[in-house]
This record gives sequence, structure tokens and C-alpha cells, in this order.
Amino acid sequence: MSDNGSVPFQSHYMPNTPAQRAVMLEALGLDSIDQLFEDIPSEHRSPSLNIPPPTSELELRAELEAMAGANRHTGAHASFLGAGVYNHFIPSMVKPLITRGEFLTSYTPYQAEASQGTLQVAYEFQTMVCSLMGMEVANDGMYEGASSLAEAALMACRVTGREEICVLNTVSPTYREVVETYALPQGLKVTTMDAVRPRLPEGAACLLTQYPNFYGYMEDLEAHKVAAQERDALLVVSTDPVAMGMFRPPGEFGADVVTGEGQAIGVPMSFGGPFIGLFATRKKYLRQMPGRIVGRTVDSEGKTGYVLTLQTREQHIRRERATSNICTSQALLALASAICAAALGKQGLRRVAELSYHKAHYAASLIGRVAGYSFPIRGTFFKEFVVKCPASPSVINERLLESGIIGGLDISHVMPDCMLLCVTEMNTRGQIEALAGALSEFSR
Amino acid sequence: MNTVDNNRKLLMEQSVPGRVGTVLPDLDVPEQPLPGQELLRDEVDLPEITEPEIVRYFTNLSRMNFSIDTHFYPLGSCTMKYNPKINDEAAFLPGFAAIHPQQPVGQVQGALELMHHLQNYLAEITGMAATSLASLAGAQGELCGILMIQKYHRDRGDGDRLKMLVPDSAHGTNPASAAMAGFRVVSIPTDENGNCDLEALKKEATPDLAGMMITLPSTLGLFDPTIVEVNRLIHEAGGLVYADGANMNALLGRVKMGDLGFDVMHLNLHKTFSTPHGGGGPGAGPVCAQPNLQPYLAAPVVEKRAEEGPERFVLSTPEKTIGKVSASHGNFGVLVRAYTYIRTLGDAGLKLVSENAVLNANYILAKLKDKYLLPFDRPCMHEVVLSANWQKAKGVRGLETAKRLLDYGFHAPTMYFPLTVDEALLIEPTETESKETLDEFIEAMRAIDQEATENPELVQNAPHTLPVRRLNEAQAARRPDLRWERKE
Repeated sequence: MSDNGSVPFQSHYMPNTPAQRAVMLEALGLDSIDQLFEDIPSEHRSPSLNIPPPTSELELRAELEAMAGANRHTGAHASFLGAGVYNHFIPSMVKPLITRGEFLTSYTPYQAEASQGTLQVAYEFQTMVCSLMGMEVANDGMYEGASSLAEAALMACRVTGREEICVLNTVSPTYREVVETYALPQGLKVTTMDAVRPRLPEGAACLLTQYPNFYGYMEDLEAHKVAAQERDALLVVSTDPVAMGMFRPPGEFGADVVTGEGQAIGVPMSFGGPFIGLFATRKKYLRQMPGRIVGRTVDSEGKTGYVLTLQTREQHIRRERATSNICTSQALLALASAICAAALGKQGLRRVAELSYHKAHYAASLIGRVAGYSFPIRGTFFKEFVVKCPASPSVINERLLESGIIGGLDISHVMPDCMLLCVTEMNTRGQIEALAGALSEFSR
Repeated sequence: MNTVDNNRKLLMEQSVPGRVGTVLPDLDVPEQPLPGQELLRDEVDLPEITEPEIVRYFTNLSRMNFSIDTHFYPLGSCTMKYNPKINDEAAFLPGFAAIHPQQPVGQVQGALELMHHLQNYLAEITGMAATSLASLAGAQGELCGILMIQKYHRDRGDGDRLKMLVPDSAHGTNPASAAMAGFRVVSIPTDENGNCDLEALKKEATPDLAGMMITLPSTLGLFDPTIVEVNRLIHEAGGLVYADGANMNALLGRVKMGDLGFDVMHLNLHKTFSTPHGGGGPGAGPVCAQPNLQPYLAAPVVEKRAEEGPERFVLSTPEKTIGKVSASHGNFGVLVRAYTYIRTLGDAGLKLVSENAVLNANYILAKLKDKYLLPFDRPCMHEVVLSANWQKAKGVRGLETAKRLLDYGFHAPTMYFPLTVDEALLIEPTETESKETLDEFIEAMRAIDQEATENPELVQNAPHTLPVRRLNEAQAARRPDLRWERKE
């Protein structure tokens, strides 16, 4: 079968043998597979392909392990890095369940009768997101936290028929960038404003807030709701689902849309993805919500079943008039989050939140005693806080790495000499004290 | 089916106060003062349930799914090929799964090296100059490509180019993505051979043209032999051409999109490059661009510095980038899987993919065209579109034929898409299916055609053997029941 007469490569992923291919070609009345590609302009057919040759699984595994081994990971290091991506506990049951082929290798559940597992999981996930956020309806998931916030901003513009998006300056700078990527090309305006007593301009569509905010502190959602309401604008809150284990949810403050990064519940950090964007809103905005939505219904015999619903919002029906182009729900990560949330349960999620809270505050109390370190932001924080350092945070982080510690995020470009530290239930007392000890070497 | 029926009890309905699903450590630091009560919530309404119950519940739920691991899944335009297990193993290595996106680059050189290789492989496969791995799905990749075209025109003082052409056979995300960027979408018809209607195209090649989005092969499973001419017409009118790479499984090693005149395109790693669909995500939609659009790629991209050192690979922001589309660098776990796949197959294996995918589809075409209407009687690429119009004449619709296939143990093909073909059944077998499986599928399709003649009710009421019968979608939409609620 090979063009040059050499022994053709046999792939363990492709069952057809050369003999079978010959039989199939004969059924087509053809002599060569090349005849099937004759619509391709002849001068462009079969170009050179500069890709390494096939590699055996045995050899490739060793290469991959070496490449992975070149990274500093939380399996071998204490980490105090957060800023939207968190190292939280994932129960052992999550991985074997999400890697079951029946979940892992199925498609979007368009064929409801053949996808009841995926669909029922989605319904569980939507239930969980509503509970966490204190909201009425949720979708089956967005790509991740930042684009989920961007889609919420677009939705607020559709709902209000307005074009100005207001963002508090305490929202993650990266999230703000993503909102701009989505909003500016459409001709929408993005305005940044101070988080202390924000005043929205007339005609604002929404106020985007983060709770806890990028720096780890709890925002005054009650005040922000009033500020938004004064202009009939929507209050949009991006949140950390773990914080929802102990803090009052945005829904109780009258938030109109609540988004979030679901990674912290059940999803490994994986260098930033794949993650799961959370998206919840009020019933009255349901038909303006982007993304997949699963509903409970009955079959022709009256038995309970689940289906994709309200699909007339979506691109495959509505095309250029859809609420969004999104057609992914990150279902596998929604599954991971649903399993993890069930495993943590009512008591466990609160426990994870409280362990993180106490450990973070303990870390802050130790660091606060070291001369030269101070806390430039006042207020209630959850598991992250900003510390002003006596030396460059990047220099400090290099020193920490020598002690096996991945330090906090260097935010000196927005706050001079400041580091954003994160502490979760994964950090032991020993690690926290080692961190404070290493920091004290820079004490002044 | 008993376990399945019992399994319909939701987590909250199984919840019993006092049960726990995991045990967490005691607090090992002194307790700190809690914030004021006004900031705290009473409780979270989550289930109380133990580990064995959770594992059984989700395991049994999984058994109500069709999947590639359990079934032939000939879902057109979705490329449901086998998802190799080593890919998952690689993604779960602690050095990949337990690293943080904000770690200084010197700590994650292995991850960046992998991304850099993958960028190069994808550029090589597509014949493009550069790749950004930032976009998280095909639709987001489309949006990136369209925003790049938009910014390119604006930078040249050509911001009045507001019209985006999309063929009538295109996937719905194409017009939706163009609309999200603020373009006016104009649909271009398909001619009687299944190719782009060149006369209609010429009429739209006006000074307000921004570009065109083209899926190649088209969603009809056809390679448009006039594609170079189409791209030339767009370029002559000052527009740029976007390629939707959803169907690249047909073309690996057979043609490079860059050679055909495309300016920018996305790839679906979850289709062509074997990463699992996960029941609807995650995917990844890297974008490859020619030199004219390379500076506009979404941030970040990975660059390799010329000199050796602890920071050989770095993250960088393309000069005129359209910006960031997510908080991190892309769906890294998906990238690891695609990289592993490309390395496993290598140059020779990738070529075999398209050969077998196209041969398998044509084999199905040849064996079914006497029983199902073939709207375009010419060789197809990796997927074949049939029409159930002959069955419809007997009173059996395409939807019902598709549902009946489920009873035979095959996932249904894509139905009623492309929208331009009546009663469309879009069948994509992929290269990972054997001739034996194709023969069984062909037998089932022929049997259903016979049932449509002899016992149409059997087909009309399908499926008969699944956990549920036909579901009431109208009720679901009319009275949305979207979450479990406690009955007061």
C-alpha cells in the first residue's frame, strides 16, 4: 500500500489491515486511496510533513515523564500561589469516576435517550451551582471563570439594551482583559471604577464585581447592589465557590448574575485548564442566558428523564442571532465538580472553607510579626491576602523555591513590592511556619 | 434495568443528615477570629452522602451513556474517534496536572516546551506560520480568528469592512462567532454539486467585505475543488479567509490549508487530535495564522529563546494581539493529550488517519446509496451526508431512523444538519473503526430501511431498548425544571 514500497506503518489505533483496505477499495471500484483525494488541486496534494516519526508508547511515556518532571509541582512543593487558581483537596473517588469511558468519551448529549448519564449529572451540577450561589437558575457550565464573566457582561448588555460595562478596580486584571476582548470589538464600552463607593454613569448596563476580590478581600455587595440599582443596572458577581462554603452567597445580596471559576472544587490546576466556568442568574433572565441548559421532563411512558432544553437560544438553531457562540459546557469538569461537591457535602465544603480561612489568617498573623512586612489592604479576607515586602517579591520567591516553597503571586506591577499569598487546607502548619521563617530572612 | 431505574433518585434525595463523603484533617493552627455573623451564611444546601453511595450513583449514571469506549459513534462533524488512554495518563502526570499557571516560567519549562512543540506541529500540519494555543474550544477559536481579521482591517484604516460571508452549509457557530464580533453575516449558497456558488460569491465581493469563513471539507463532507479560486476572489476584494478546521481529519498530510490561500484557521483538538469530548467539553481550539495575521494571535504564545538557560521557553504577547480570551494559557490538559497523540502517530500515522477516515466514509457511502438518497453523487471525504427522504415517503423521518439505530447499538448520526439537505443524516465513521464494525452498521441501516417498509411503527416509536423512551422536549422548554428544589 505504501507509495515507495517500504513496509507501511501499522497504527494500534486503526484496525483496518492493508488486505481489508484493498477489499474496501474494490467495493468502491478504485485501485488506490489517492483517487479519493482527487478534488484537492493536484499541485497541493500530499505535501511534505515535517513531524517526528511514530513513537512507541513505551518510549513516549518516558519522554513525557521527563518533560513533566522538569516542572515544579505541588506534589513536591508547598505552594502559596492562588490568584484565581487554587490547590484544594480532591477526594480520590473523583478521578476514577471522571475517567470512566462512558463519561469521558461521550459527546454532547444531543441524543437524550443515549445520554441520560451525562444529562442527569448536568442537572445535579446546575442544582449545586444554584445552592452555592444562592441563585435561581444555572447553566451546565462555561469555559472558565474569566470568559464566563465576559459572557455575563454581554448578557447584561442584551438584557438592558445598554452598552457600558462598569468594572471595579478590585476585579482580577486578567478577567478585566478578557471582558475587554469580548466586549470592545462589538462597540461596547468598558469602564473601570474605584471599588470604594462606586458611582455608575447613567446608562450603565452592569457593575462587575469579584467576591472575594482579586486581592482576597470580601467586597461590600450590599453597597454595590445599591450602586447598580440606582442606575437600573445589573449587579454581576464573580465568585470562588469554596468561599461559598462559609460566606453569604451573592444571591442573598440581590446579585443578578453570578459567575465563577469552578476549578477549586474537584479540578486539578493543570497549568490553567481545562476548567469550568460557573454561570447562574435569576429566572427572569433565563432566556438571555448563554450556554447549555439541561431540564427534567418525562418520556412517552411518563418516566422521568433529562434533555437539553431552551436550545432556541443557541447557535445551532439561531445561528447569528444566538445568545452566544458557545457550544461547550465543560461537561467533564462539571462532573468532577459535582462529584467533589457531593463528597465534601454540606459539612465538608464549610470545613474546607474554614480550614483555609484559619490557616490563611494564621499565616498573616505570623508574617505580620516580621519587621518590614505590612498589609496595605484593610478588610475581611478569605484565604488570600496582600503583603507588602521589604524586598522584590520575585527575589523573595527565588529564595522560597530553594526551601521547596512556591511563593505568592508577584503583583508589584499593580502594587509596588506586593505579593498576593494564598493559603488553603492543603498547607500544613509546618509549611506555613517555614514560609514565615523564610520571609523573615528579608526582615528589616 | 433495575439499577438504572433506582438510580433516578438525585443526590439530594439520597441525602441523610449526618453522613459524610470525605474526612478532612483537624485544624493544626490556632483558631482565628471569624468575621462578623452578617458576612457568614447559615448552611449550604449540599447532599450528605457517603463515598460508596457516590461511587455507585455516578457509576450507574455512566452506564446510561453511549460513548466511544462502548459504542460506534458515527456522529457527523464531530469526529468521534477513539481517545487513546496514554493521552489521559500523560495529562494526569503530577508535573502537568499539579502546576499553577502563574508559576514563574523558570519553574515550568517542561510544560512550556510541550506547548512550543505543539504550536510548531500544528503550524506544520496546517501550513501556517504560527499558532496560539490560547483558545479553549472550536467556537472560541473561531471568535479569535474573526477578531484577528477585524483588527487587521481596522489597523489598515479599513474598519468599514463589516460583512462576513458564511456558506449556507456552515456550522451554526460560524455565523454566531461573526455576529459576536459585530459583523453582518451574509449566507452564500451551495451549488448543485455541493460546492460554493461562485456567481453568488462574486456578487458579494464588494468593498465592505471583511472576509469569509469556510469549512473544508465542507459540512457536506465534500472537498470543494474550486477552493483556490474562492480564496482568490475573496483576496481580490480585499477580504481575508478563515478556515474552520473542524473537518481536518480528512486532510492530515494530504493538503496544507496554508497552501490553499487561507489566512487563519482553528483546529479542534477534541476532534482531529483525539482528545476526549467528555460529554460536551473540554475541548481546545488552537488558532494558526499566516504571517499577515500572526501579530494578532490571542495571548499568550510560547517562544523559544535562542540561548540556552533556565528560562529557554517563555510566554509572550503577540505584538498586535486581540487580547486574552481566558485567565490562563489555554486548556493545557487537552494540549498534553493532543501532543501525545501527534507524537504517537508521527508523520506516517497522521497520513494514515486521513486515508482510513476517508476510505471508511466512502465505503459506507457505496454500501448504502441504493437504500438512502445520496444528495451529491461523488466521492466524499471523511463523512458522508445521506438523506432519509425515501424513508420519509414511507412515513419514517430521519430522526426516527436515527433513534432506531440506538436500538441496534449504534449512536445516531448527526441529523438535520447541514440544514441545506432534507432529512440529512451526516455519518462520520473515523479511522478508528474496523471494516467489521462498518459492515454491522451498514446492515443495521439496511435493516431499518426494510423496517420502514414493513413495520414503520417500530421505527417511528424508537428507541425501545434504552433507559428512557422518546422524551418530551416541548414540556421541558415550556415548564423549565432546571434544578432540584426542596419541597417545603
